[in-house]
Amino acid sequence: MKLSTLQQSYINRRTNSFRGSTQLDSSTDGAVKSPATIFWLVLHGVCCLISLVLGFRFSRLVFFFLFSTSSNNIYTVPFNSDAGITIPVETQLNHINSLNRTAVVASRVVVGRHGIRIRPWPHPDPVEVMKAHGIIERVQKEQKALFGVKNPKTVIAVTPTYVRTFQALHLTGVMHSLMLVPYDLIWIVVEAGGVTNETASLIAKSGLRTIHVGFHQRMPNSWDARHKVESLMRLHALRIVRKERLDGVVMFADDSNMHNMELFDEIQNVKWIGAVSVGILLHSVDAAEISSLVQKEGEEDTMPMPVQGPACNGTDKLVGWHTFNSLRYSGKSAVYIDDRAPVLPRKLEWSGFVLNSRLLWKDVDDKPEWIKDLDALDGDGEEIENPLSLLKSTTVVEPLGSCGRHVLLWWLRVEARTDSKFPARWIIDPPLDITVPSKHTQWPDAPPELPSNDEKEKVFAGTEEQSNKHTTKTKTSRSRRSRSKRKHDTKVIGVQVSTHSEQTEI
Amino acid sequence: MGIWKSCFLGFLSVAFLFTIDAVQLHRNQPTERISGSAGDVLEDDPVGRLKVFVYELPSKYNKKILQKDPRCLAHMFAAEIFMHRFLISSAVRTLNPEEADWFYTPVYTTCDLTPNGLPLPFKSPRMMRSAIQLISSNWPYWNRTEGADHFFVVPHDFGACFHYQEEKAIERGILPLLQRATLVQTFGQRNHVCLKEGSITIPPYAPPQKMHTHLIPDKTPRSIFVYFRGLFYDVGNDPEGGYYARGARAAVWENFKNNPLFDISTEHPATYYEDMQRAVFCLCPLGWAPWSPRLVEAVVFGCIPVIIADDIVLPFADAIPWEEIGVFVDEQDVPKLDTILTSIPPEVILRKQRLLANPSMKQAMLFPQPAQAGDAFHQVLNGLARKLPHERSVFLKPGEKSLNWTAGPVGDLKPW
Repeated sequence: MKLSTLQQSYINRRTNSFRGSTQLDSSTDGAVKSPATIFWLVLHGVCCLISLVLGFRFSRLVFFFLFSTSSNNIYTVPFNSDAGITIPVETQLNHINSLNRTAVVASRVVVGRHGIRIRPWPHPDPVEVMKAHGIIERVQKEQKALFGVKNPKTVIAVTPTYVRTFQALHLTGVMHSLMLVPYDLIWIVVEAGGVTNETASLIAKSGLRTIHVGFHQRMPNSWDARHKVESLMRLHALRIVRKERLDGVVMFADDSNMHNMELFDEIQNVKWIGAVSVGILLHSVDAAEISSLVQKEGEEDTMPMPVQGPACNGTDKLVGWHTFNSLRYSGKSAVYIDDRAPVLPRKLEWSGFVLNSRLLWKDVDDKPEWIKDLDALDGDGEEIENPLSLLKSTTVVEPLGSCGRHVLLWWLRVEARTDSKFPARWIIDPPLDITVPSKHTQWPDAPPELPSNDEKEKVFAGTEEQSNKHTTKTKTSRSRRSRSKRKHDTKVIGVQVSTHSEQTEI
Repeated sequence: MGIWKSCFLGFLSVAFLFTIDAVQLHRNQPTERISGSAGDVLEDDPVGRLKVFVYELPSKYNKKILQKDPRCLAHMFAAEIFMHRFLISSAVRTLNPEEADWFYTPVYTTCDLTPNGLPLPFKSPRMMRSAIQLISSNWPYWNRTEGADHFFVVPHDFGACFHYQEEKAIERGILPLLQRATLVQTFGQRNHVCLKEGSITIPPYAPPQKMHTHLIPDKTPRSIFVYFRGLFYDVGNDPEGGYYARGARAAVWENFKNNPLFDISTEHPATYYEDMQRAVFCLCPLGWAPWSPRLVEAVVFGCIPVIIADDIVLPFADAIPWEEIGVFVDEQDVPKLDTILTSIPPEVILRKQRLLANPSMKQAMLFPQPAQAGDAFHQVLNGLARKLPHERSVFLKPGEKSLNWTAGPVGDLKPW
């Protein structure tokens, strides 16, 4: 019994690829209890106790040194086992047992306890890390070449813009997204109110091939009218595509939208006209207001964010459209650009559509017959809200992004007050010398109606005149101080954003 | 009439072109074939090149054992069972033993499992011995050659040494009765007692369906540099370390646990297969035995295997050029593993990935049910076919005997 329980525990120790053994031979059956076995048991127990004390398997050592009958056993000096510090120790030679075996060539691989080799500084070497990243990059490049898009088409991005305070903010964002696109890109920037140096200087930094054109109308002040003018500007850009016979995929990158880089990979798959899902980011002055709006509806719409895009049935065929339901926000939406209310998109936004540029060309043989000619739409009475109006039937639209399940871009409209001013090209030249620390001004924190019209530094003009009276004495020293406080100054008198909740305060 | 003739000829030629695969209809990853003796050999068809006779053993040697514990079909030693099933329905099987080139004995020696699912080899030598006694007494073919034209599948840790612990396995050596037979085993290490010359090394069994359900799209970029999941210290059996894996796994852990390029840990995540497909290198270090199913997984998932096992003999080494596909690192060089891997030129890495992408490579590592062309079963048969024709010395002259039926430990001689 004892023997079998030992065998039992021996077997039970085979939890994870068990390989240890006790000193007993692996005799399988026959619970023979002889004095020899009892002796071995007792010895085993004693060795166990000693091992408990010493902390390593003493018994194994004893056995192998005293009774080495097994062949090919090697032993290293049993190393210090406390705190897990292991000394790299070289292995000793093996003893080959030539007991009736065919001559085995001494292999350099030996069984037994080996030292654990640890190098003196087991930490990553930065040069090697960089090399590894280079390897990974090369592997990924190869993967892209093999499994990515073959024959990538040029991306033609159409952006309507106009000069205003937030133009630099939005346009820089779009510009950097477009600079990251791994395909050839043509950027058509249509500017309301004519070409200006402001915009030109912004887009010149991109290094992309740009076509910068002006549009004869100025951007109006109400969102509704602004949407209409933007549509006209986009059509103007499409006419340029037609005239120049640009070849590629046309996508509409509004300057305040945010794009996922996968969007550009996905639109390469479009054949004629495709639609992607667009997430609509609505915000208002009070975030609480929006959430209360949502909660009022109850369980109707559990979508945390409205999404516009193609709707598919189970077999991934286009059956309809998810559009924006503006009824919930009726009465609470912004009308003018300055308003502090959520800005609503149209039912379906332009940015959710991509077109093959050949659809727009004149005199192309293989153009499908469901596309209306651009010239035919020239009447201004025609309200083009989205590219679906260019089609005779909307069933031909291809849903992209796994049938609209991936939201690949986000629509947002955020603008400053129309009368807000900013330094031209965001360069402050000559340097300001406001000298009064902000908290010592007599003006209240909420800015009153602003004075208007001149070019540079109008914001600071008022303060400058007044403050100069106070500080003519120690201009230099004060100005040094004021330079650091300038930030505060600009903030106090700074722009008030119509749709942002918090006041920009110090 | 002439038009019909030319049409028919045209059709025939097109059909011919398609069959010889001169025209590739589908877009694949460009794979590389190692032309010459190594790569093309994987696609050889063994049918017609050899004949195998399967002995009808009583079901206590195979079916009854399987019935007692059906877990044998899913563990990494399941190859012996699937090999039997493949052979009895294969085209190379012959029912006439006189014309057979090879004889197969279906005895499932690795199916005696512990409650945890690990096989105990204690009864295996007796089982094998009993089976051989049976075939030698009921058929004359064993005695004719003393087993030299017989083959046995012994997929256990150390093959026909029938023990899981290396020292004990070496002490036992290969079962004396199997001295002249061909062994088909997973274990392979050069200059080791348990690897007989002329053995065929096979990969351990890995479930093909399970792996195929975890495939991710090819264009998912490979962003992990080195990947490994498994034990570094076998705390239950070797707490101090140094014994398990000859200290190599512990060395990997100690040297690279702080290295962000090495995604190594003992956790077993649910996305194990998916993660392997996102890695460039997969470590395949030895454990208690040098072979491991990680090699199969790495090949199937296109991750370059980094083999850390001195003198290992990899599966189908005569058909697969492992040096060109994997990276071999000596156990003593483990501390320099990061230097070794980062100094491999990218072109070499891309070439290895192309070789791994070869579908015949992946197929050769698997044991699909039912068997498919080019899979591991066929590679085993190819290996057996390459050993034909048998030398004249295989057939014993009358009176000549070389097997010692009473050799080996006393415990083995007990009947089973």
